[in-house]
Amino acid sequence: MSHDPGYNFAYLDESTKRMIRRAILKAVAIPGHQVPFGSREMPLPYGWGTGGIQVTAAILGPTDVLKVIDQGSDDTTNAVSIRAFFRRVAGVATTERTAEASIIQTRHRIPERALREDQILVYQVPIPEPLGRLEPRIAETRRMHAMADYGLMHVKLYEDIARHGHIATSYSYPVMVNGRYLMSPSPIPAFDNPKMDQMPALQLFGAGREKRIYAVPPYTSVKSLDFDDHPFRPIRAPQTCELCGSRDTYLDEVLTDDVGGRIFVCSDTDFCTERQAVREAAE
Amino acid sequence: MSTPLLTAPLLTARDLTLHFGRVAALDGVDLEIHPGEVVAIVGESGSGKTTLLRVLSGLMRPDGGEVSYLGQDVLGMGEAARRRLMRTEWGFVHQNPRDGLRMAVSAGGNIGERLMATGARHYGNIREQASHWLTRVEIDPARMDEVPARFSGGMQQRLQIARTLVTLPKLVFMDEPTGGLDVSVQARLLDLIRALVADLGLAVLIVTHDIAAARLLAHRMLVMRHGVVVESGLTDRVLDDPQHPYTQLLVSSVLAA
Repeated sequence: MSHDPGYNFAYLDESTKRMIRRAILKAVAIPGHQVPFGSREMPLPYGWGTGGIQVTAAILGPTDVLKVIDQGSDDTTNAVSIRAFFRRVAGVATTERTAEASIIQTRHRIPERALREDQILVYQVPIPEPLGRLEPRIAETRRMHAMADYGLMHVKLYEDIARHGHIATSYSYPVMVNGRYLMSPSPIPAFDNPKMDQMPALQLFGAGREKRIYAVPPYTSVKSLDFDDHPFRPIRAPQTCELCGSRDTYLDEVLTDDVGGRIFVCSDTDFCTERQAVREAAE
Repeated sequence: MSTPLLTAPLLTARDLTLHFGRVAALDGVDLEIHPGEVVAIVGESGSGKTTLLRVLSGLMRPDGGEVSYLGQDVLGMGEAARRRLMRTEWGFVHQNPRDGLRMAVSAGGNIGERLMATGARHYGNIREQASHWLTRVEIDPARMDEVPARFSGGMQQRLQIARTLVTLPKLVFMDEPTGGLDVSVQARLLDLIRALVADLGLAVLIVTHDIAAARLLAHRMLVMRHGVVVESGLTDRVLDDPQHPYTQLLVSSVLAA
């Protein structure tokens, strides 16, 4: 497949890609640290994945196989459009199968299937600063990162328990990377947090509007913050998937009619389809 | 006259100078504070009291001079080391409790912040400590989960004190802790501070323009005017037998009830 000759390979010009790669290298060298970069204007609005797209464009090669998911799903507008975009401007092969992809760009989920060393996971990040809600001064949050002064984050968890009896943060749950930097895992469900720990795949995070790139190198410790007597618990709906019968994956609640009918299905569509195929083959 | 000094000073400042344009905020100030000692800095508005406190606690850099805490150079130490001091061995009580508290965080969370900043990770223990400290500053522990915005001014100030003392600091800086409170609340707060200071053996450097408060709390006092310490000595000596004309004026201006 060849790419649209009206664009440079993967849309961005070569010097921009080099600039982004430099930021990525620095981010990999300092796990969890937010590295500023010169985010470009992209042909889609902020909040739709401008950061993730730029990271993907910078690391994409002609032989890569790209998968894009939005909330775990391969067939939502955002995922379909970004796949089509890279097919056009880079001519790369795309897939919906997690196992076949070499680069997976994601919005708000980590695939259920365990990732491998030869894969890269690229997150779209709306808000990279985990301390922002608690400390509005950006200069002060940077100082807190520099000094590893993270007591404030525990104050937030303390407030959660005092108010709700348990830690009520169910997505964008703060993590400590490599025992040093506090990091926002982008708004993935807390259920996915344990998958980040010691993951064999490289994890890259791009925030386009906030102009920040950060990374978790392969096999790096990623710990969710908690209290000794209120340990971190990954939360999922207690139901089973209506389609594949899975009891241990993250589920979406789907309304089926306007009289209160609802079903629970896997949010990772590829994983669900695969399981259904296995079930059918067994029958 | 002076008590024999058995211990090395906790905090020492030598020849501090600081100018705001042509105005001298500090002009050759020397100061020493020993463990367990309460020192008051008095003087009128604009005499450099608060500036001195900010310089001593490392919040502001002077033009010249040196500050040392237990042999460490406060002005020369890195920000990380200074912050560590600030959340462990030092405390700062602001005049306005809104500057020292997190208004959107519950009373318990406010007290727990310093504990969590120094590594406490057991929710139950943090709550127990918070409840203990609320009782100590005479706030009903049942109100632990309320935000300070719903507390009265006096309660907010007491909460700020609890939040500061929870890590048992050695040295506490207080900037007009009774400012802005009505007289009866002031009296209660002074009583409370006096009891806590004696109980915990704290060294306190307190800035105030309230001579009565200084007499009640302080062992020693420094009188400042135009950035210069014009007189210093034991509180009773300074107040009963003021030597400097400015001190005489200050003492004679106190209204007798």
